[in-house]
Amino acid sequence: MISALALCLAVSGARAVWADAPQGTPSIFAPASTPATNIRDLSLFVLSITGGIFVVVGGLLAWAIFRYRARKTDDDSEPAQIYGSTQVELAWTVIPILIVVVLFLTTARIIFAIQDAPKPPAALEVTVVGHQFWWEFRYPKLGIVTANELHVPVSSKQDPKPTYLHLLSADVDHSFWVPQLAGKTDLIPNHPNDTWIDPLHPGLYVGQCAQFCGVEHAKMLLRVYVDPPDEFAAWVNQQKQPGVQDASVVAGRHVFETQACTNCHRITGTAAAGTFGPDLTHLASRATIASGAALNTPENLRAWIQDPDHLKPGALMPAMQLNGEQIDELVAYLNTLH
Amino acid sequence: MADQTLPIAGTVDVTPRRRSTATLLEWLHGWVVTVDHKRLGILYLVYGIFFLLVAGAEAIAIRIQLAWPGMHFLSPELYNEMFTMHGTTMVFLVGMTIIFGFANYLVPLMIGARDMAFPRLNAFSFWMSAFGGLLLYYSFIGGFGLYGMGAAPDVGWWAYAPLTARAFSPGHATDYWALALIVAGFGTLGTAINVIATTLSMRCRGMSLLRMPLFVWLMLVVSGLTLITITPLTAAQIMLVIDRYLGGHFFDTQAGGSAVVWMHFFWIFGHPEVYVLVMPAFGIASEIIPVFSRKAIFGYPAMVAASVGIAFVSLGVWAHHMFTVGMTSVGNAFFVLSTMLVGIPTGIKIFNWVATVWGGKIRFATPMLFCLGFLFQFLIAGLTGIMLSVAPWNWQLHNSYFVIAHFHYVLVGAIVFNIFAGIYYWYPKVTGRMLSETLGKWHFWLFLIGFHLTFDTMHFVGILGMPRSIYTYEPDRGWNHLNLIISLGGMIQGIAVLIFALNLVHSYFKGKMAGNDPWDAWTLEWAVPSPPPAYNFAADPVVHSRRPLWDLKHPEDPDWRYEG
Amino acid sequence: MSAIPVSPIAEPWHLPSRGRVAMLSLITGESAIFTIFVVAYVFYIGKSLTPPYPQQVLEIPIFNTICLLSSSVTIWLAERQIERGKIRGFAAWWALTIALGMIFIVGTGMEWHKLIYLDGLTIRTNLFGTTFYSLVGLHATHVVVGLIGLTLILLFTLTGHVTEKHSERIQVFALYWHFVDAVWVVVFTVVYIVGR
Repeated sequence: MISALALCLAVSGARAVWADAPQGTPSIFAPASTPATNIRDLSLFVLSITGGIFVVVGGLLAWAIFRYRARKTDDDSEPAQIYGSTQVELAWTVIPILIVVVLFLTTARIIFAIQDAPKPPAALEVTVVGHQFWWEFRYPKLGIVTANELHVPVSSKQDPKPTYLHLLSADVDHSFWVPQLAGKTDLIPNHPNDTWIDPLHPGLYVGQCAQFCGVEHAKMLLRVYVDPPDEFAAWVNQQKQPGVQDASVVAGRHVFETQACTNCHRITGTAAAGTFGPDLTHLASRATIASGAALNTPENLRAWIQDPDHLKPGALMPAMQLNGEQIDELVAYLNTLH
Repeated sequence: MADQTLPIAGTVDVTPRRRSTATLLEWLHGWVVTVDHKRLGILYLVYGIFFLLVAGAEAIAIRIQLAWPGMHFLSPELYNEMFTMHGTTMVFLVGMTIIFGFANYLVPLMIGARDMAFPRLNAFSFWMSAFGGLLLYYSFIGGFGLYGMGAAPDVGWWAYAPLTARAFSPGHATDYWALALIVAGFGTLGTAINVIATTLSMRCRGMSLLRMPLFVWLMLVVSGLTLITITPLTAAQIMLVIDRYLGGHFFDTQAGGSAVVWMHFFWIFGHPEVYVLVMPAFGIASEIIPVFSRKAIFGYPAMVAASVGIAFVSLGVWAHHMFTVGMTSVGNAFFVLSTMLVGIPTGIKIFNWVATVWGGKIRFATPMLFCLGFLFQFLIAGLTGIMLSVAPWNWQLHNSYFVIAHFHYVLVGAIVFNIFAGIYYWYPKVTGRMLSETLGKWHFWLFLIGFHLTFDTMHFVGILGMPRSIYTYEPDRGWNHLNLIISLGGMIQGIAVLIFALNLVHSYFKGKMAGNDPWDAWTLEWAVPSPPPAYNFAADPVVHSRRPLWDLKHPEDPDWRYEG
Repeated sequence: MSAIPVSPIAEPWHLPSRGRVAMLSLITGESAIFTIFVVAYVFYIGKSLTPPYPQQVLEIPIFNTICLLSSSVTIWLAERQIERGKIRGFAAWWALTIALGMIFIVGTGMEWHKLIYLDGLTIRTNLFGTTFYSLVGLHATHVVVGLIGLTLILLFTLTGHVTEKHSERIQVFALYWHFVDAVWVVVFTVVYIVGR
């Protein structure tokens, strides 16, 4: 009965991990980028070897338990006492050593292929800065600064367009993990790291911070939008524009500039140039707020500004003690920032 | 000094269990001032089992919170305290204490000695460890933490810098973590020194090192490893306290300090530490499996060599916890190799146990059931360890639930299973009564089912991208039902452990009388009455082989004829 | 079935002294602690972001070092005295060991006084300050603990409680003192030679 249960678990788990998992499941066995694919292939090879070892050793053990169980019809005599066997022990030392050699050489090859891959000149460069509890993305060659939602161009074997990520931290340790695109790499203050992805299919890939970084580590989510070339170009163009100046929401903009928002946030084209919190210049172009903690709707935005702690307890943004009218105006303004 | 005959079953007056005439205060006082290794062993074990229940409750709280996305059972702050305290408690207050509790009770008996080499140091070490644990738990009520949730440590049991710096952890949580463990660490050091001195200097006549029971060998190796494993943690924690209180910059990244240096120091402790935890479990299995297979352990010299080998190699693998921090490709490759190499002596031990069972006459009493569970589960744990050693795969699996599944497979599936086996096996010696076999079997099967429901499923949810240390998770990532199953398994394990606790208490008063040697075993502790008198042995034993009682019971076919 | 079958064990049964084993185990553990502090020191050499730097402020403590290392010689001579039951000679060499250790501690204190008040180097000044005071301070703490033990033993000797039969224990304690001196050789090399 237990084995049936285990089998059911294994099958449902196996189905879940393969590529037909529901969209949005960041399975490491549903890779969409070369590093993740290399890892998947290597892991299947390792799994086949370890699976084989399990079947052999586990099978021998199971057989021994069955075959050599004490039976009621046995007499009181003790079985033959075997103290050891040099040939057997030598064999089961040498064979594992050989298995280790094979596994090590295969692994080393993939390590070098991924870590030491030469960077093509056409690669897109993104600097990722980890904060408690949000992601800052800078595109230095394009002059773009955004937060929490990363847009990268789709790549292909014929026309490679990898994205190279330079990883920094403004406070504590974080880790950038989008399982379908690559293994994770840590963001450690005073210790810059680099990683790369070359997403081969357009779409949205999710992940989250994978190194415990404090109270709201659980809500430091990642969304990576892999765009076809024209969509990516359009996105870049839009992000390069300064903040939208819509006359109908000038009241909200006034609230933003006179309250302490400018201490932490930046909106290009205004006086706000704070860097402690996310850049809000194109806030309305993002699908979520608070690093993925909530969808970017006016209601959620309102709730967030009123009391961030309610949506994301322990978030470092303070409640600004604004009255209802101020928040309405502010939300209306922020909603124009496409 | 002429050879003395060993006392054997039936020829010695069993010390009758008299009603104690002491008052409650006198009885308590006796326990507080004791320097008897047996009493200290019991104190360690009671302490460890108590904290097993506490840390188990913390785990249940965690699993209730994670049973479904968006639960509000624990606030984020409290959740972070729960997983930090669960890990810290289980490693230091449960694992280390139960291991050294077993060692304290059994090592002198197994080597034919009357006590440990330094009885007063023994008592001092226990009370230091105990005080360290109490200091750690005082954090829940002492001082005010950042969010008013008490100041229990909430930085993960690995306490990475710079999260632990004053700037990012302004309350006292980190201080309790560092100071409590420094104090407990001195206790551990004292016991390790004691075990080494006892094993090397107090063996009875004829017991050469290669005739010691494997449990004693493993405690000797583990104690030696402890000397150079706990001390790096103590050093790093002193550095952390200097940073937090004296303005030091060891791990202060703003002043040029390095967060990675903390990781190196912590894992230089942390990896050998898990071998310190698991090797005594190997020792327990190496005592029980032969007795219940009715065969000598297969390949004793290889088992000794493998244990020593594991200890040495385990000192060189630590950075496999750091594959994602940005070491060079060559650095990563080195640690891949060293980690795979440590799998070889470990695998050899598994093969030796299988070969012991092979050709035997297996009796399925409760201790053996737990050991058989251990064998399958440790095999799997070792194999998932190999998977984790493959650095590129590790870049995906690191800090995911796959890692949690792997190490719980070792910590629960191997270590806790063997601790249960050891308690069922030696409880008769300690108390004079057998534990109930019926309750034991309920305990075993429920715990086995719960264990596999939880930890088999955890592997899958990790592969699906769920990271660790999160108080909740997104509902649209395909993790919901798997988490529910994991939590259900946790509840079942909890029930099983309660049955176990019931068994311990009930059998103390109503269990069947055990006699000296209820299992028909072969090592010296079974030659003395149950419970043993304060002086252990009526006369100093003399031994001629690894299984002195086998020689007595089979004078026509003694072991010393065959041992090389 | 009441007699053990006899097999040849006629050889004498020798086991190492438990005091010696314990002290060597303690020394092993302590060496691990010192190793971590030394590794931190070496790793951070040249990484301080602000002055003062070692070359600017460190003076090689030659006299202090000679005193401390000589105390290993004097304690060794004391051990030889008590082996032969010469309690007065033992007390004399033992007291000299204490005196040399005290000179080392006072000398360290004077060095630190200069560094703190003249050069402005404290444990919080920079990485050099943090690692220097931690490593040298850890060693000095071990010297102080050793001096306390030495002094206690001297007091027991002067009140007539120490005899020849304690010579084994004295040697075990002396192992600790030799260890402290050996650590100083390493600390001295790393701090004043390699790190300057």
